[in-house]
Amino acid sequence: MSEKVSVDRRSFLKSAAVTGAAAFVSSAGAMTAQQAAPSGPATAPTLPPEADPPGGVDVLTTDRPGGDFMVDVIKTLNIDYVASNPGSSFRGLHECIVNYGDNKSPEFLTCCHEESSVAMAQGYFKIEGKPMAVLCHGTVGLQHAAMAIYNAYCDRVPVYILAGNSIDATMRRPGVEWDHSVQDAGALIRDFTKWDDLPVSLPHFAESAVRAYKIAMTPPMMPVLIVIDGGLQEDPISPEVKARLRIPKLTLTTPPQGDAGAVAEAARLLVSAANPVIVADRAARTPAGMKYLVELAETLQAPVVDQGGRMNFPSRHPLNHSDGGRALIASADVILGLELSDFWGTVTAFRDSLVRSSRSIIEPGTKLISIAVGDLFIKANYQDFQRYPEVDIAMAADAEATLPALVEAVKRRINADRRRVLDERGRKLAEARQKTFDRARADATYAWDASPISTARLSAELWPHIRNENWSLVSEITGISRWPMRLWNFDQYHHFIGGSGGAGVGYGAPASVGAALANRKYGRLSVSIQNDGDFMYAPGVWWTAAHHQIPLLAVMHNNRAYHQEVMHIQRMAGRHNRGITRAAIGTTIENPNVDYAKIAQGMGVHAEGPITDPKDLGPAFKRALEVVKRGEPALVDVVTQPR
Amino acid sequence: MRRSGSFLRFLAAAVTGMTILAPAVVRGQAGTPSAAPAGQKPPATPAVPAGNAQKGQQLYTSYGCYECHGREAQGSTATGPRLAPRPIAFAAFAKYVRGPSGQMPPYTSKVVSDTDLADIHAFLQSRPQPPAVESVPLLK
Repeated sequence: MSEKVSVDRRSFLKSAAVTGAAAFVSSAGAMTAQQAAPSGPATAPTLPPEADPPGGVDVLTTDRPGGDFMVDVIKTLNIDYVASNPGSSFRGLHECIVNYGDNKSPEFLTCCHEESSVAMAQGYFKIEGKPMAVLCHGTVGLQHAAMAIYNAYCDRVPVYILAGNSIDATMRRPGVEWDHSVQDAGALIRDFTKWDDLPVSLPHFAESAVRAYKIAMTPPMMPVLIVIDGGLQEDPISPEVKARLRIPKLTLTTPPQGDAGAVAEAARLLVSAANPVIVADRAARTPAGMKYLVELAETLQAPVVDQGGRMNFPSRHPLNHSDGGRALIASADVILGLELSDFWGTVTAFRDSLVRSSRSIIEPGTKLISIAVGDLFIKANYQDFQRYPEVDIAMAADAEATLPALVEAVKRRINADRRRVLDERGRKLAEARQKTFDRARADATYAWDASPISTARLSAELWPHIRNENWSLVSEITGISRWPMRLWNFDQYHHFIGGSGGAGVGYGAPASVGAALANRKYGRLSVSIQNDGDFMYAPGVWWTAAHHQIPLLAVMHNNRAYHQEVMHIQRMAGRHNRGITRAAIGTTIENPNVDYAKIAQGMGVHAEGPITDPKDLGPAFKRALEVVKRGEPALVDVVTQPR
Repeated sequence: MRRSGSFLRFLAAAVTGMTILAPAVVRGQAGTPSAAPAGQKPPATPAVPAGNAQKGQQLYTSYGCYECHGREAQGSTATGPRLAPRPIAFAAFAKYVRGPSGQMPPYTSKVVSDTDLADIHAFLQSRPQPPAVESVPLLK
């Protein structure tokens, strides 16, 4: 630190205000003197002498602002990127990141909307397995980010959020700094974050920053928030504080495993079952989870229904029965649910009719086993926890962490006789799986040459261009009737990243950019099938992709409407016996049709389209992929069927 | 009356397309008159109104049928079964549209006339057969 008297932000601003006021008074005096002497030649105004500083010090710089120490702390957390739309409430830390921190670990990602920042972090984590940081205003930034934070919360993804604020009311600049200040920034999002804090000193920041990371990364993983006061960021570090500065050691929590007794009982039920079914939602937290699930399924020769919250099970594996899984669940005698977000909905049919009703689809006496870490942490306000499931064994544990013990327990129970029975079951399941795949191929031929282009055709045309690459589908698939999962061969963890979690539209585009960023260093080819309505929420993320040279092939699923909502309005109209031709009002994106290629080009992204003839798809994909392989994003806009 | 305490039978929501229709409906089969007692004429089969496929396509679009079933009635595992080509018999088709037992919303004669239904049915019948899967290199 330079040899000057340490002056904190408060004293500096006080002296600056006095100086400024004195200068203003002097200028006003000079103007009055000129006005009083209108005659005579005009002369150049004479600037008043600078006012002497008041008694005390006039220190204008510091070599060690508090934000530098914050950067030191963040660097120990091994965070590669911080996504942010810039803001004055965190200008201190921002500058420290780019200068003191040399814009490395973390590197600043310029975003055009805080929702994009958070959703990029959500997609990034699902590939990289560690959080991205987000930097935003504690008021307007968090407000913008809120929906994306909710998505990440529901999706059980940790996002490390730092939000700027100005706590000392006497130190706030008039105007905007007051609008951007709040007593309790975390209150806005506390119901869908796991933990938040407002450190009041740099040592406090260090401890909270490390604690927040640990909490975020403990299953169930969720976003966390640290509110960073502007004064802490910008004030010089005093000798007294400097003497207390240290960065605590980060020790990550070992995920909880299922109780040994419960694991043994689950194994007993599964091995003795005639028709066991394994249902997986967010089971595979890492590639290891997929490996363990394959081992369990193969040991039991049990079918797996992958609900798609993560990449849980290879799509063409003979035991993957995600298509037609409902029928298997209905005939099961034992069902193992691994990190299901909705076990009740898995075993219940619900009718959305004028009179809503539900019925169980499983036989009485069917045993239900749940392994879900969500049982350890549920908040009350937001209802993403779904209906209460009546299970027979409820393990409040992380499924991936529990699977090795379950596999071993299952293996210990299988003797030669049982092995023969299980293998016979496996043989039949494999035959059925092949038939399902053949049926999917046959189904894909319907509307094959149609325009708008069928989603089956779109998926089939894209596959040959990526199948021999190290590819990664970084988008959801429910909007395109799961065709990629039905036709392509998903067998690596990075081949799929699941969905938004909270069904908040607007997740898709930024999440795909975040996941593509994570894939970049592995040389993977990232592909997204992008819903048009989702893109319209915050299109600026494509500029972010171009600016940061994030290679990504985005194929626009341009069906020109928020089709889910069209169907909802249709349902209401049919139910109300009126106006069934008016469901397009307020739900469609046409007239005029949006030219997504022009938008993308305007943001520096190679793009072509709209494509309406399916024969043009292959060549367009080829051209776009040449761009992506050069390390840039590219878009192909395709006019498609609704689903 | 949004929720009922009573227990109602119905089909599961998230199944592959073909299973949403009620079990009594069989694709491609015409309605069969029930056997009449000896000496009595069997009840007359309701006449199937002739439909106009071109008008049917317009109605299929404006009524929003394509939203769930696709513009070529090819269906979607997410939203609604395939309806064409070779739709189910008109009588079963009309019965289901009026009183669906699955997730489909009802369309009464107040909003979709019998004539409209016949036109839509004609449009479904007019859909071409898809290519044989073996003839599509992309699906090999």
